[in-house]
Amino acid sequence: MQQALLQVSDLAVRIGQGDGAVRPVDGVSFEIRPGETFALLGESGCGKSMTALSLLRLLPRPAGEIVRGSIRLDGEELLSLPESGMRDIRGGRIAMIFQEPMTSLNPVMTIGYQIAESLIEHKGLVGGAARQRVLELLDAVGIPDAARRYDEYPHQLSGGMKQRVMIAIALAGDPDLLIADEPTTALDVTIQSQVLDLIRKLQQERGMAVMLITHDLGVVSEMADRVAVMYAGQLVEVASRDVFFSAPEHPYSVKLFAAVPDSGKREDRLTVIPGSVPPLNQSFHGCRFADRCHRAWERCISEQPGWYEVNDGQQVRCHLADPAGTIPVERPVEAETGPDTAWSRDTADAEALLEVDGLQVHFPIHRGLFKRVAGYVRAVDGVSFSIPVGQTLALVGESGCGKTTVGKGLLQLLKPTAGSVQFEGQELTRLKGEALRRSRTDFQIIFQDPYSSMNPRMSVGDIIAEGMVAQRIGDSREARRQRVAQLLEQVGLRSEHARHYPHEFSGGQRQRICIARALAVDPKLIVCDEPTSALDVSVQAQILNLLQDLQQQLGLSYLFITHDLSVVSYLADRVAVMYLGRIVEEGSVSDVLDNPQHPYTRALLSAVPQIDQAAKREIIRLEGDLPSPSHPPAGCHFHPRCPIAEPGCSHSYPPVTQLSASHTVRCHLQ
Amino acid sequence: MIQPVILWTDALVFLLTAVVLAFALYARRREHLRAPWREVVRSRMAVASLVVLCVYAVTGLLDSVHFRQALEMQEGQVEVQYSGEVTSLLDLLLGPMRSQDEKTYSAPFATRLFTKETVIGPDGEKSRTWPRLKYGGVHLDDPATQKGPDIARRVARAASESMLLMLITGLLLAFLLARKWRQPLLPVLRAMLRGKTDIPWRTALGTILVFVMVIALIVNLSGAYHVLGTDKVGQDVLYQTIKSIRTGLVIGTLTTMIMLPFAVMLGMLAGYFRGWIDDVIQYLYTTLNSIPGVLLIAAAVLMMQVYVANHPEMFETMAERADVRLLFLCLILGITSWTGLCRLLRGETLKLRELDYVQAADAFGVSKFNILMRHLLPNLMHLVLIAVVIDFSGLVLAEAVLSYVGVGVDPTTMSWGNMINRARLEMAREPVVWWSLLAAFTFMFTLVLAANLFSDAVRDAFDPRLRTQR
Amino acid sequence: MLAYLVRRILYALPILIGVNLITFVLFFVVNTPDDMARMHLGMKRVTPEAIEKWKVERGYDRPLLYNRQAEGSGSLTDTIFFDKSVRLFAFDFGASDSGRNIGEDISQRMWPSLAIALPVFLIGLLVYISFAMLLAFFRGSYLDISGVVLCVVLMSISGLFYIIGGQYLFSKILHLVPVSGYEPGWLAWRFVLLPVAIGIFAGIGSSSRWYRTIFLEEINRDYVRTARAKGLPELRLLFRHVLKNAMVPILTGVVVVLPTLFMGNLILESFFGIPGLGAYTIEAIQNQDFAIVRAMVFLGSVLYILGLLLTDLSYTLVDPRIRLS
Repeated sequence: MQQALLQVSDLAVRIGQGDGAVRPVDGVSFEIRPGETFALLGESGCGKSMTALSLLRLLPRPAGEIVRGSIRLDGEELLSLPESGMRDIRGGRIAMIFQEPMTSLNPVMTIGYQIAESLIEHKGLVGGAARQRVLELLDAVGIPDAARRYDEYPHQLSGGMKQRVMIAIALAGDPDLLIADEPTTALDVTIQSQVLDLIRKLQQERGMAVMLITHDLGVVSEMADRVAVMYAGQLVEVASRDVFFSAPEHPYSVKLFAAVPDSGKREDRLTVIPGSVPPLNQSFHGCRFADRCHRAWERCISEQPGWYEVNDGQQVRCHLADPAGTIPVERPVEAETGPDTAWSRDTADAEALLEVDGLQVHFPIHRGLFKRVAGYVRAVDGVSFSIPVGQTLALVGESGCGKTTVGKGLLQLLKPTAGSVQFEGQELTRLKGEALRRSRTDFQIIFQDPYSSMNPRMSVGDIIAEGMVAQRIGDSREARRQRVAQLLEQVGLRSEHARHYPHEFSGGQRQRICIARALAVDPKLIVCDEPTSALDVSVQAQILNLLQDLQQQLGLSYLFITHDLSVVSYLADRVAVMYLGRIVEEGSVSDVLDNPQHPYTRALLSAVPQIDQAAKREIIRLEGDLPSPSHPPAGCHFHPRCPIAEPGCSHSYPPVTQLSASHTVRCHLQ
Repeated sequence: MIQPVILWTDALVFLLTAVVLAFALYARRREHLRAPWREVVRSRMAVASLVVLCVYAVTGLLDSVHFRQALEMQEGQVEVQYSGEVTSLLDLLLGPMRSQDEKTYSAPFATRLFTKETVIGPDGEKSRTWPRLKYGGVHLDDPATQKGPDIARRVARAASESMLLMLITGLLLAFLLARKWRQPLLPVLRAMLRGKTDIPWRTALGTILVFVMVIALIVNLSGAYHVLGTDKVGQDVLYQTIKSIRTGLVIGTLTTMIMLPFAVMLGMLAGYFRGWIDDVIQYLYTTLNSIPGVLLIAAAVLMMQVYVANHPEMFETMAERADVRLLFLCLILGITSWTGLCRLLRGETLKLRELDYVQAADAFGVSKFNILMRHLLPNLMHLVLIAVVIDFSGLVLAEAVLSYVGVGVDPTTMSWGNMINRARLEMAREPVVWWSLLAAFTFMFTLVLAANLFSDAVRDAFDPRLRTQR
Repeated sequence: MLAYLVRRILYALPILIGVNLITFVLFFVVNTPDDMARMHLGMKRVTPEAIEKWKVERGYDRPLLYNRQAEGSGSLTDTIFFDKSVRLFAFDFGASDSGRNIGEDISQRMWPSLAIALPVFLIGLLVYISFAMLLAFFRGSYLDISGVVLCVVLMSISGLFYIIGGQYLFSKILHLVPVSGYEPGWLAWRFVLLPVAIGIFAGIGSSSRWYRTIFLEEINRDYVRTARAKGLPELRLLFRHVLKNAMVPILTGVVVVLPTLFMGNLILESFFGIPGLGAYTIEAIQNQDFAIVRAMVFLGSVLYILGLLLTDLSYTLVDPRIRLS
């Protein structure tokens, strides 16, 4: 076996003092071999970022502290190095890139200088030599026109470009190990695939090891050589990629796979992991996963599981893997069944509940001496679609394409510039004042961020009842109180939760409360604005199931706004793909996902990291970034990035092509 | 027989007290309002300064209960006549200090005047000497030998009294805590004394002990001596500094209370409605802000002086006149100081209005008024509170400077600023008359330091951004 | 850029008009010139003739806003409003109530003011930032905690105490510098030294604490973590990365006061007998010379607006994200 590059054993980290002290890393051991990609997989709050930071001894000071363990780089103990010695390691031997490229670069320094700084520190390069090397690095990470970019500031770059600069900084010291902490989580899927490609390419060229921290099974599958799964401060499984994806051993790993939505699971309910990650300020006596595990028995609650080797290189922290232990017979998993279906879904030609025609939302840009309007940001530029009763339309697109603005525009939270929004035949854009206020009972919205969507100073009961009060639903306080209790139970919470305040709930529970709040006014349409993108996979499955149950029980229609195509395939009836304020392709789920016609849709689909590497499709890489909606490219907005664009594409915006009864596309090449 | 007098500032002080108490009762039952306060009182620094602030506040409240005492009935008089002098409850408590005026300067604990005078002795002989004081140490036959032991005796008595009082207080507290926690008395007492309780009761008791001692000393000594000397006109300096407490507190609290509604309302309106409302409000505060504060205050106070001087008939007593000036000063200080908070709240409202929960309320058709009141205001209150406690100490300090400039409180009002202003030339005397200045600075410093430490704790507890920083 | 400047100057006009109206109302509407005259001449036993004479001497005998007797444009210009308020826009401050030329006084007294205020400002900024940097460097340590406590103690002491105490200690006991007074030219340093030192010392508590908070806020940002992950030494990190970013919030509070330095420091100048604008203002307030107070209010506003403009301009120097448009 190869000598390990990095050897971590029994690492433990404590944040804070006294009773509130949290142990986000509690006895973690692993090793990384030269040149390999080691993926650390886990949900938010499981301690994976803390593990990474402690490798470089960059824990937040003075709160964070490494309490025990050892970290050896090529046999040299990092924990006993003086701070000055550690500086040579940071950036020189181990480099790191972070999740948020937007905030991770110094906003007031040129990117060239920020890269050169590392060269000065680790390579002793100065002046022209440093500049030359920086240009080479910018070139290597795929930043075009490096000489000009050298003197630019971070705000002049897009998110993907910033992450490339981060990578260039990391590469400047020629590290042996690159720690990438969720490097693509903040990026769009097409940009994500560019960045992942880049990391893979650089790794092959330089033979450096990569420690990839992520929550995304697809990314792991595409990138990793070996995988470690982290749960509640501990590693629960380590295996090579192939073994892990073919035979995950730990129940948590198994459940993670099952919770990922995709079109294959469309007819079933998603498997959920009940509950949420336990808080890490306690001491554990049994297995940390026991209370969420479908296979837990007495031993799991009373005794901490050991670290067992099951196959070659596959290690698991689970009593099930104990060769000496006796394993109880696997209880049949209670089949997750949905509630009785009161609503039949096959209403292919149901009447349209919502009809949007030529919707435009433009934001003026003010310039000049008297702040005259000098132009418009065309956030939404002529969008038309309809949603039938009881069905779901998914609106898909990357950030900045205007999909959220569509949602707010049709709810009249933003005043549309032009176009019509007909709800049950009533024109919403012309409603004003009291009439508009009255009509709001019919359509509601669920937001992306469960933390900012509830007033922290109101109790959950008041939050849910607010809409009823405003719409004068429920005659008395008592009637409303009962309705709130009923709603809470409907979304899977308990009625006594009404007295609590939002901060006492986890992200998934908050999203349930938001759903209850929306349901309180008996809406017919709910705009779901990325309701699960801030949640972990296991929790996301719970929310998706809930949304689907509610649709079946209540006959709701959804406009489901998302960037996540896997969710689309699970939940939606119809899909509309947006690019720069316009819908470029629309059709039923099978039309669009299985038979995409627009090159953008194809690229989008192929960029999603796939768990199943066997069924790997040809990947279409898009170049460049989303252009600004204030200056959209002439002709087809997509042509500068389109892999199959022809000269004619830059002349006019393509008209709608009807491919079939349910499938339309806007592309000159159709 | 007394005739109660309610001055304008009295009424506002009591209103403010009522509001604070009402809020405390309201917050008691609401966990999210209680939680940050609980964090505040866990800090030892905060508890100690809270005790200091409470002592000052009680003094100020006692000094806010005003009345006129009845004059003695003359023969043949039917109606009761009331004194033209307005006194307060505090004046009664301070008793002799108020009336025992000497001729001029005397040092702390002196028995003789500070300046030589020509006196005619009992034998009719003129001599230049330091005459005995009328009140200070007058009970001593031979001050040179008796003063030391007399003071020591009084100090000892004060010490023993305060210890006894503290013992009772401590035991009572332990008893109450034991009942609340349903635990035996002894372990509770032990935890308390070792500083193991959640709320640092030991620190609180320690601070209280200091004040009890100070009060006992004052009670035991001030009747017989001028503990902090007398000033140029022979008035007791200790009395003046204690009376100044109310002025400091009134300026520190009423100013913010007066400006608060405007700052909060305008800031919220500007941030929420934007457009021309925002433009107008921004214009308003930029304009007010652009006038140098001291000058605006000076101009306003000067104009007020002219007005009062030309309308003497509007004020019945000197106290009322001085009080109106004090209130006016608060008002004008409020006008110059609301802009900062208004700008802060406007910025925060701009951020809040984009938050999802405000959008959600919009989507429910909740009225704009309800959105402002239920969603925006409660989420701005912590900023308001932080601003209020931070402004307090600045205002107390500002009073001194303004009085020095000559646009502060009425010269007849007792305030630290007036004391400093009157005494600032005394440092040039030979030998130096230091006690007036030192007394004023010490009392002011204690209050401001306590307020600053307390505001630090409040800010740490209420501002989540700062909390993550530690 | 030019368009921006023009717009800012156009914005400044309504503000100055507002300031002017406020002062006009305050000085001439709340109280009539008769009231002022009576106040000046002593409250009791003032003859109407004396009042009239006082008013005529100072030009307060005209109507407030509209002069019915005058002809043509004179009906608007021959009024108190025009003479006392509108003329300020041309920086024509007129004569003080005691008959002195205010404009001349200001141009003479500006320099002693600057001799105090500028060093206090510049050296002060340097001292405060260095001290705050020191605390930020040792954040969380006992040095930091005691430094912060020291700051709180220092800022709880009245500024008057520093002045009175400083004068007593350095002038009266140690005889290091004169108690008060001023001399033009280079010899002024002996008189300026103590007020400048006291001015700086009086501000150290609040300013250093504020800067420390700003530094700590910056230190917790992601880009600092990036820089640390590069292996940069802590000092370089603080001085290159953190300080440069912290300059944005620091400038907000600092540049605004730069022009108003001309106005001098009221208290320092008055205590140390420096013949600057601050002392001038105080004298005017104490002598109830309304003409000077009005002039100073206007001057102060102009300088403040200039400060706002300078603040905006200074942002572009430190923050590449801000473009003036």
